[in-house]
Amino acid sequence: MHSYLWFFGKRVLQLFAVVFCGISATFLVTHLSPIDPVEQVLGRLSARSNLSPEAIAATRAALTEMYGTGQPMLQQYFNFWARLLRGDLGPSLLAFPTPAMDLVTRAMPWTLGLLVTSTLITFVVGNLLGALAGYNPDNRFFKAFGLIAMAVQPIPYYIVAFILLIVFGFLWPVLPISGGFAMDVRPAPTWQFAGSILAHSILPALSLVLVGFGGWFLGMRALVSNVVNDDYVTYAELAGVAPRTIVGAYVIRNALVPQLTALAMALGGVFSGTVITEQVFNYPGIGSLLIDAVNYGDYSLVLAVSTVSITAVAFAIFIIDMLHPLLDPRVRAE
Amino acid sequence: MFSVIRDLTRYNIEFTIGMILVSLVVVFAGMSFFSPVDPTLIYMAIPDQPPSGQYWFGTNSRGQDLFWQLSAAFRNSLIFGITVAVLSRIISITVGLLSGYVGGWVDRALMFINDIFVAVPIFPILVLFYFVLRNDMDSFTLALIMACFGWPFDARLIRSVALGLKQREFTRHATFAGMSTPKILLEEHLPYVMPIIFATFMNNMLWSIGLEVTLAVLGFTNLNNPTIGTVLYWAISHSAIVVGVWWWIVIPVILIVMTFLGLFLLAVSMNEYIDPRSRLRRMGA
Amino acid sequence: MTQDRNDILTVDGLKAYYQMDYFGVHREVRAVDDITMTVRRNEVYGIAGESSSGKTSFIKVLAAAIRPPMRIVAGTAKYDFKGKSFDVADATEAQIEAVRWKHLSYIMQGSMSVLNPVRRIGKTFEDFAKRPLGLSGTAYKERVQNHLERLKLPADVLSAYPHELSGGMRQRVTIGLATVCHPEFVIADEPTTALDVVVQKEVLGLIREIQQDMGSSVVFVTHDMSVHANMADRVGIIYAGRLVEEGPTRDMFFAPKHPYTAHLVASLPRIGDTTQRPALEGRPPSLAEPPAGCRFHPRCPLAIDKCKTDVPPLETVAPDHRTACWRWRDVEPLVAPQRVSEVMA
Repeated sequence: MHSYLWFFGKRVLQLFAVVFCGISATFLVTHLSPIDPVEQVLGRLSARSNLSPEAIAATRAALTEMYGTGQPMLQQYFNFWARLLRGDLGPSLLAFPTPAMDLVTRAMPWTLGLLVTSTLITFVVGNLLGALAGYNPDNRFFKAFGLIAMAVQPIPYYIVAFILLIVFGFLWPVLPISGGFAMDVRPAPTWQFAGSILAHSILPALSLVLVGFGGWFLGMRALVSNVVNDDYVTYAELAGVAPRTIVGAYVIRNALVPQLTALAMALGGVFSGTVITEQVFNYPGIGSLLIDAVNYGDYSLVLAVSTVSITAVAFAIFIIDMLHPLLDPRVRAE
Repeated sequence: MFSVIRDLTRYNIEFTIGMILVSLVVVFAGMSFFSPVDPTLIYMAIPDQPPSGQYWFGTNSRGQDLFWQLSAAFRNSLIFGITVAVLSRIISITVGLLSGYVGGWVDRALMFINDIFVAVPIFPILVLFYFVLRNDMDSFTLALIMACFGWPFDARLIRSVALGLKQREFTRHATFAGMSTPKILLEEHLPYVMPIIFATFMNNMLWSIGLEVTLAVLGFTNLNNPTIGTVLYWAISHSAIVVGVWWWIVIPVILIVMTFLGLFLLAVSMNEYIDPRSRLRRMGA
Repeated sequence: MTQDRNDILTVDGLKAYYQMDYFGVHREVRAVDDITMTVRRNEVYGIAGESSSGKTSFIKVLAAAIRPPMRIVAGTAKYDFKGKSFDVADATEAQIEAVRWKHLSYIMQGSMSVLNPVRRIGKTFEDFAKRPLGLSGTAYKERVQNHLERLKLPADVLSAYPHELSGGMRQRVTIGLATVCHPEFVIADEPTTALDVVVQKEVLGLIREIQQDMGSSVVFVTHDMSVHANMADRVGIIYAGRLVEEGPTRDMFFAPKHPYTAHLVASLPRIGDTTQRPALEGRPPSLAEPPAGCRFHPRCPLAIDKCKTDVPPLETVAPDHRTACWRWRDVEPLVAPQRVSEVMA
């Protein structure tokens, strides 16, 4: 137990370090830029309407106070952290004056839902099929499957999403290709709403699954091919242990351990993929939000999305790390 | 070296296919050095012409000859990928070898930094950089930034190999003989690590080009510089499919799939060739 | 060969080769090249030989544990379990299943990695032994616990993970695993390599006790001659895929009839003895391209021209003692018998 606490403590420390460094880096990048958000907003405002010089000056003062850009860097840094911990990053620009954080919290569930479901499906199904393929290397079905997986795996998320868009949007329009739910359905806890959400999530999830699947399949297949030659598997087969037990408890269980580590390392990439997929399918998650924010020059929103995504991914990796000792008793002893 | 390639081509179908695909793409990209038109200029040709004898890949809505446009685009993207791969190899080798060999607090510190880089999702950061630098971000800067994010995975791999090498006899002999650490790392350990580097080089290329394509398609890079991604961006923003200029989308996508598939097959087959266990498996049933 | 009722295993002209096709190159490694021998009931038969002599491949065949690229190309290996005959060379999966662990078990080399690292010992026992034992519930638990007691293992070892046990304990667990069903035939592959001498003595004693208790036959493979001296009733020497000598342990040590055996026996060290031991020059031959004639001839001090071309047959030269050497009459033990008996004490 003592060793587990030590393990836990180390990981928590790491989590904090990662979040701290990541968010600080975000801060640094935005504040060292030549762009001044105040001037940007002012530029946009004055392009739309005619403001008197006094109005401009007053707006500038208000904005400077809001963005906190008038103060020295270190002071800004502290203020930034203070406000972040309060959950306040200022008003967004594209939905002024809605606070940026609100927009992010509204978009988070969509991204989380998409991400968690598709990652789970890809991981479980990909690894399971990969394990069976590795255990039965001569099976023709698995061989063909492996070839397909190999062909699809290196293609970037965007291309796959795009191909799906073309196929299901223009060639065979059976699935909705845009939005989180149909426009004529009211958001309410009804089956109709739930069904609409589901229908709209199929294509984004499908593109994520297609790209991610190949990686897990091929990786697990290779791992299993190696594990199968390990002494304890050979011994169990020699002793006539039931094949189902061997595949489950001896092969998969052992091969899954490095795959869990791989999952933690892949989360960053999967998150990126989600962002892109959302953009293609106009899915109302934080990915779309980020891109809209960048295009609009919305300083606060970009900061908000970045900090939240860094924290979320770091946290997810932490949780996966915590699962490790459950799977591998040798880790508990460290 | 050549016997290796000959063996691989003869008996490993994946390698052959990969080699063919990549060679085709490289040749295609190389043709851009002899391009009669400047790919950065627009409205030089009649727009929206389907593929014909005069324009082999047709022209796009911006009045560019698609063939030379794509040729230049692939050349730029490939060079970009190679640049990122080379730069990140340098970092990962240095960190990996140093960390594995020296150990102690150096190792802990480096791995700590490594973990941080792994945990941070790169895409928002890249978007952030674009947001901040806008058009000041040219290919090389982007390559630098990506190299800074592409080293962690491979550094860990190299580190574990280095840890194993540290225990081996020849390392101890070298230390007793008074060889300095950098010399040991460079002359004794580096050759062992080369196979991993080679295999991960290709993976890294795939990753970086993929990321660049993604950024460009969203419009987050310098759009006047022809790369694979920017070609797609312009195609999408001109609604190529809807308008009926299908060759503007389909041909690049086919070429992209060829490139990625080819690089991937090369990486996988080389990995298998290098790993003795998978070689034994091929020898058997 | 006529099958004696007293024989539990009869091997006849067994040949098993590795056949590989690697990038167009065809290689055939003749790991087991025409072996004929028997193992009797209630005896300990030791198999000795250098590394890469083919002895591990041989016992893998005996344990019905070979896989492509290794195949049996000729011969038979017949077991006689309580009247039921079982030939490894052409057994069906079902037959092998019925025999495995209940009648025929195997102690594998390398106690370090033989147990599933993520599974508790108790669960591993269930995986291996529950089905062949055909017991369940309390009957099964009692049987396992009794067996563990015999092996002097604490009952709580069942809830431990392999990495929590010492090397010696793990080896005892492996032995327990292989013997809990009281099989009539146990194959032990280097069970004491990588253990320190003290633990070695314990483990060997354990194996002997269990063998005598169960009345089973044990085939013991090791390159360590002193272990054979201690444990085996009969010893068979394998060189380059062939059986070159076989006989009762005492005869083999005191009066070897093959130059290779003489050298193996002479290699036993004794504390305080500083006389130089005769060393064999050269290395074991490659099993893919073995030398013609007697395979030992390149290294044999007694080799004559005939040895280079004609393969010496395995013939009986004394009661229960066979050897394959053209000059067996000229073979002298290389060390004084007195030294040998000290080791065997």
